[in-house]
Amino acid sequence: MNMNTAPGFKEILSHAETEYQAMIRQFAVKSAELTTRFFHLFGVEEVVRTLKTLAIQEKWKSLASHHTTLTHSLVDSLNLPALWTDSGYATEELEKVDASITLCDAMIAQTGSLFINSRTCGGRALSILPPHHIVLATPEQLLPDLPTAYQHMQDKYKDNYPSMMSLVTGPSRTGDIERILVLGAHGPRKLTVILVEKLS
Amino acid sequence: MNNNAQKFQEDAARICADSTHRQIIGTALDKYAQGRDKKIAEFQNWEQARESAAQIKQEGLDDMEALLRTLTKKLTKRGTHVYRAPTGADACRIVLNILKQNGAKTMVKSKSMTSEEIHLNEALEKEGYRPIESDLGEFIVQLRQEPPYHIVFPAMHLTRYQISDLFQDKLGSEPTENPEELTMIARKNLRREYVQADVGFTGANFAVAETGMISVTENEGNSRLSASLPKIMITLIGIEKVVPRMQDLSLLLPMLATVGAAQSISCYNTLYSGPRQPDECDGPEEYHVILLDNGRSRLAKDSTFREILRCIRCGSCINVCPIYRNVGGHAYNATYPGPIGSVLMPRLFDLQTYKHLSFACSLCGACRDMCPVKINLPHLLLKNREAASTTQPKFFEKLAFKAMSLLFNKPFFWKWGKRMGWIGQKFHPLIEGSVIDPAQCWTATRKAPKLKWKSFKDLWKKHSK
Repeated sequence: MNMNTAPGFKEILSHAETEYQAMIRQFAVKSAELTTRFFHLFGVEEVVRTLKTLAIQEKWKSLASHHTTLTHSLVDSLNLPALWTDSGYATEELEKVDASITLCDAMIAQTGSLFINSRTCGGRALSILPPHHIVLATPEQLLPDLPTAYQHMQDKYKDNYPSMMSLVTGPSRTGDIERILVLGAHGPRKLTVILVEKLS
Repeated sequence: MNNNAQKFQEDAARICADSTHRQIIGTALDKYAQGRDKKIAEFQNWEQARESAAQIKQEGLDDMEALLRTLTKKLTKRGTHVYRAPTGADACRIVLNILKQNGAKTMVKSKSMTSEEIHLNEALEKEGYRPIESDLGEFIVQLRQEPPYHIVFPAMHLTRYQISDLFQDKLGSEPTENPEELTMIARKNLRREYVQADVGFTGANFAVAETGMISVTENEGNSRLSASLPKIMITLIGIEKVVPRMQDLSLLLPMLATVGAAQSISCYNTLYSGPRQPDECDGPEEYHVILLDNGRSRLAKDSTFREILRCIRCGSCINVCPIYRNVGGHAYNATYPGPIGSVLMPRLFDLQTYKHLSFACSLCGACRDMCPVKINLPHLLLKNREAASTTQPKFFEKLAFKAMSLLFNKPFFWKWGKRMGWIGQKFHPLIEGSVIDPAQCWTATRKAPKLKWKSFKDLWKKHSK
């Protein structure tokens, strides 16, 4: 990875951890500030258990995701009707699901953000329309700061970018009424990030 | 004095005297200021950040036409339709043509001050189309049929009670004092519109030339919905928003959020490069990007005023302006209120129509110190004043300034003047407030402090003996 671009930005922006465990701690702190729920889990079994608990707590009746080996095994074990956006879908149907599960491009410790895109994260609507967005990430996706994250996207996609790339930081919010914070203005009211280690 | 100037003075005087209004604005701005300062402190070097951001934006301006060519080429290659609109009327026509060609009826809009600048909603409504504002603040002011109060917080002047009354009246909802419930009422109403809308419309914060992308910043997710559900997506963007590199966003986006909304970074910062691609499962079939000039390229050639085009529309100059705090957003009667508007409105539009705004400034410099791209706003306001003054000062004004310079330059006259003031003040109550009161314009709304016979200097001399 070319780390020489944007000299100086890293020294200007807010402090960012660079060591793996410290990055996880910083991401957790930022998530708490943003009201993102953050789980650091080991193996698929733990992820299944966590999702089952969420499904029961929030009384999910259906969910939506996109086709990958990981999402398949998770959705199968939840035993709920699932909508797969990358097989084609109707907006009205996606609007009815209780949660969506997607992968991501990167997690950013500095700001508690995620990079998602329209090609490998189930399209544009999957991560914005359902009321609860659950993001799965793997250890190599955890990056220290914004300059590294943008560089990562450039290196990854070069001249073949997805038509949409979104840097997502916390659940949808508004302060338009008396500057009082309300979550879930138009997008998801809840955002859950699951960092999974030891997948295989 | 022209009609606009007179209206401004009347509105400003009326709004200043409204203590409820003052309290709402004061509370909102104070809350913002506390949060903003905390976020600024998180930067390792905020001053260097401002320096670098100003440089990036300046680079964008210096190389604007070449960068716009690259941007257009890259966007077009991905199947985007790119237009250059010389004027606001041209941009409105382009939007109308897209709607007509596709037999569209409804258009869901996310926040765009640029669309306010060109009066797009009026143009669409005149032709029988229904533009729906989806940003919560914009949705509220659209229901009230008034312009946004602030470029970032459109409904800052309203209380939850007023909004509840408005929703009961226009949407038939139940009364509630809970901002969350109010937000959910709007969400529910707008979701219906989103699922049905033919066209999604967004503004934009930056355009990245290097990769051919439009960058949209938001918190609510309404722009993302506008870009996901409808079959057609339109983005309107001022040509001055172009920056050279994608990497520039890693500095500009956290700065915009910090001074714009007291956040480390906004909730959604999204890059759009085209319509749905062959390997993607959803998204608009058509993507149209309208690059709006509307006086910007003329301004870019003006060696004095070009720096105003660095503006990233964060609204931080508005938030710190003591004039805005008192007269509020609607008194300006301008798309862009506050310091940025007072510089920009006379320059983008008509100097004579908007010149009075440049005098609505105490030259305190707070806006310049807060500006994330280091625009010297007070300097430009002075330049506007200079350009606007078509007449020589009055004889009496000249005389008064001569007398003042004499008073300030000769210690004897200053001392004598103070004593005269002390004597004069004794007789002031006899004429106070009447037409022959020479201090009438000051004493009408405030009380003068009592002058003392002995000055601080006199007392100092006496006691240091």
